[in-house]
Amino acid sequence: MKVLLRNPRRELEVAGPMSVTRLLQQLDLNRESVLVISDGTLVPGDATLADDASIEIRPVISGGEGPAQ
Amino acid sequence: MKCRVCRGPAVIDLPRHNANFCADHFLRYCHNQVERAIHDHAMLAPGERVLVAVSGGKDSLALWDLLGALGWEADGLYVGLGIGDYSDVSGEHARRFAADRSLRLIEVDLRSSYDFDVPTAAAVTRRVPCSACGLSKRHLFDKAALDGGYDAMATGHNLDDEAAVLYGNVLRWQTAYLGRQRPVLPAGNGFPRKVKPLVRLTERETAAYCVLRGIDYQVEECPMAAGNRHLGYKEVLNEMERRSPGTKSSFYFGFVDRAVDRFADGAPQPGGEPAPAVLGRCTRCGAPAESELCAFCRLVERAGGAEPVPVAPPRRRS
Repeated sequence: MKVLLRNPRRELEVAGPMSVTRLLQQLDLNRESVLVISDGTLVPGDATLADDASIEIRPVISGGEGPAQ
Repeated sequence: MKCRVCRGPAVIDLPRHNANFCADHFLRYCHNQVERAIHDHAMLAPGERVLVAVSGGKDSLALWDLLGALGWEADGLYVGLGIGDYSDVSGEHARRFAADRSLRLIEVDLRSSYDFDVPTAAAVTRRVPCSACGLSKRHLFDKAALDGGYDAMATGHNLDDEAAVLYGNVLRWQTAYLGRQRPVLPAGNGFPRKVKPLVRLTERETAAYCVLRGIDYQVEECPMAAGNRHLGYKEVLNEMERRSPGTKSSFYFGFVDRAVDRFADGAPQPGGEPAPAVLGRCTRCGAPAESELCAFCRLVERAGGAEPVPVAPPRRRS
């Protein structure tokens, strides 16, 4: 499967099929910090990603202002 | 995984609620969380006019969409920060969102109105870019809300933002800041009412809301925020959340429910920290100020007209 990662933007080729949870473990990513979108559809942790799927791993952490608020 | 409500296929799992949702019931969950935040913290009353601080990112666009869906009349305010392509793309997302829904978007551009931008201000003041950025946005949002006669200003701060700010303020025992870290700050002393209706949603949830609603937003991280302390706090909290779901919510709402009043103005402060200064008025713009000029007018004095500086990631102390 093709896996798009961001910040910085890059693409990986990963052999499937594989669960979302397993893919995130393999890439050492915390699921609290990302969404996984398979062929344009949001998928949960136990979804199986097909070998020919196009996956986007979208980071959700943002923010710039310092600790004081 | 099946949706907790309808048993249809789930699109998202929320370990902190031990729940999975399909698209429709996840969107309903988001509505309910925002409604509950507004109600529990008396943020807005029916019929009030709201100004939403819009950045073009997931949180502010989700907030604008949710407030509209829940029946509030909400205009948006976008501040052009001049952070190169990042600002150009962010502004486009904000404008397209407003145009597609026939919403009113007010725009203020730092460069054309005040003759500086965030990269230049950071270089001139020799402070981190987020400092000049936050100062400018707070000042311009306050001004626009008061000038426009809005009942409240709404920002897209989510649970992760609030937990990370709390974590940072506790690590440094910033007691004056702790006393003000509430989901709603009442109007007064020259400031508009400020509300944070997304405080019950994590940023993973606001991002999922945008994906499911088809809202295009600025996905890239601000190039000037890369590696900052606030993002580091979020990573630490997310690691704790991964090990123990619900940690961020317990941390933040436990503070709001049981501790914030201990740090309120007038409460005895640990270490004899001096009471907050009584604010006067800026002689130039009339905003609340601790000295003759407010912090924003002092920034304009220093950075306005300075040679523009190109966008570059800030150097961080290791």
